[in-house]
Amino acid sequence: MNRRTALLRALSLAGLLGLWWAVALIARNPALLPAPPAVLDFAWRATLSGAMPRNIAITSLRVAAAFAISMLSGSVIGYVAGRSARADALIDPWLVILLNLPVLVVVVLCYIWIGLNDVAAVLAVALVKVPTVMVTVREGARALDPGFDELASVYRLRRRQHVRRIVIPQLAPYLAAAGRSGLSITWKIVLVVELLGRPNGVGFELDELFQTFDVAGILAYGFAFAILMLGVEAALLRPWESHANAWRR
Amino acid sequence: MPGGVRVGQHAGPGGTGLADAGTGGNGLLVHIAEKSYADAAGSRRQVLREVAFGGKGGEVIAVLAPSGAGKTTILRIILGLDRDFSGEVRLPPGQLGVMFQEPRLLPWLTVEANLRLIGRGDARQRAALLADLGLAGIEALHPKALSLGMARRVALARALLGGPAMLVLDEPCASLDPQSAADLVRLLVQAARRDGTLVLLSTHDLDQVLGFADRLLLLAGKPARLAADCPTRVGASGAGARAQFKQGLLDRFPFLNATSSEPAAS
Repeated sequence: MNRRTALLRALSLAGLLGLWWAVALIARNPALLPAPPAVLDFAWRATLSGAMPRNIAITSLRVAAAFAISMLSGSVIGYVAGRSARADALIDPWLVILLNLPVLVVVVLCYIWIGLNDVAAVLAVALVKVPTVMVTVREGARALDPGFDELASVYRLRRRQHVRRIVIPQLAPYLAAAGRSGLSITWKIVLVVELLGRPNGVGFELDELFQTFDVAGILAYGFAFAILMLGVEAALLRPWESHANAWRR
Repeated sequence: MPGGVRVGQHAGPGGTGLADAGTGGNGLLVHIAEKSYADAAGSRRQVLREVAFGGKGGEVIAVLAPSGAGKTTILRIILGLDRDFSGEVRLPPGQLGVMFQEPRLLPWLTVEANLRLIGRGDARQRAALLADLGLAGIEALHPKALSLGMARRVALARALLGGPAMLVLDEPCASLDPQSAADLVRLLVQAARRDGTLVLLSTHDLDQVLGFADRLLLLAGKPARLAADCPTRVGASGAGARAQFKQGLLDRFPFLNATSSEPAAS
């Protein structure tokens, strides 16, 4: 991204903010569409009271747990399916069902079967996310170069070395892609899961604000959490992805 | 046994019960009774039949055949990478050094890390080998920064590291300039003479190997069989003797004309 396009991006963002502000001024209905200062004011007060940091922290923990579980299990299952046609034949039907099951059905069933607790909430999100990680990593496992496995075989590399130096570097671009798309899906689902069955977190808070039609609060929470997640993506996942892809360029 | 394919036995150091043909019990023994591939229609096409030979430490053996005659298949069977054949293979005890047709360097590792990966030799030996191959100073580069010829020389350095008991090289001189090819030959002969390494290489170029191979294995026919297994002690005896030896080979095996890069002596 050069300086010119960076400037255009900043202009576009400022334009959106200006449009919002202008429409809010014209509408003159702060309850329905508050102007940016009102949203900032809500965010400031919620931060001072500690409610917003607490809710965001709780939600972030759920996102992190669900993300870790889905990445770990999805990668292992995807790798096995990509390496063995038999394993794939066993796993693929489950995958198709999970991919096509509505998110809401998974979430509601988890709450009913496991109970209204964090285990159910995190598991539900992980279950929704696992199939997409699996599909991506399976693609990567299928693309592994058999020539490098032969190299490991004739030079009698230890299994640990084989995985660390030969398999993982080839899978890394796929893992990074799965991680990046995974985070954005995960945190959006976590909000829904919280809204449906948790007594705290950003999703729960949004539900409360919905009951009172507090649009300023809804926008404040929505923006705050989205900005945090975009920050995590830009600061952690994007650099990792470009690092994982470095040898391909 | 129609359509039945016995998975070949492949043994590392140690016996398979294969008769020992004067290799002192710890040489290379190869007996490929039959090797076939399934084609698209599902029937099997035989590519190798009755290829049997042995080899001992210090020998340089060249497998010579026209392109597509199954040289790479034989090497893959010997390396244990292809076990879908009937017959037996026994390797000499010790490590294997392998140079595939393509370099097979890991693109995400530097040259140094590629050499270190196989865990043979120390830093001094790695540096000495690279210098010997005219590659000094490229340790920190990634393979994508190398020309194909340089990458293949790095692959050769990897194969030579640690003084393996046996070197297997698939068309080692392909895509090397004459100087690099000469360096390669010098290092192979040195490994065989000084360290007692058994060197087995495939080639489709008769002239290239006449000067330094101790034995020629000629493959011919469809499916390919071992047409000849002959000593070639002509390397040191001058160009005249070499031309004479070559003419004798060409007279006996006319198909070799296609494998000679120089015009036959008249």
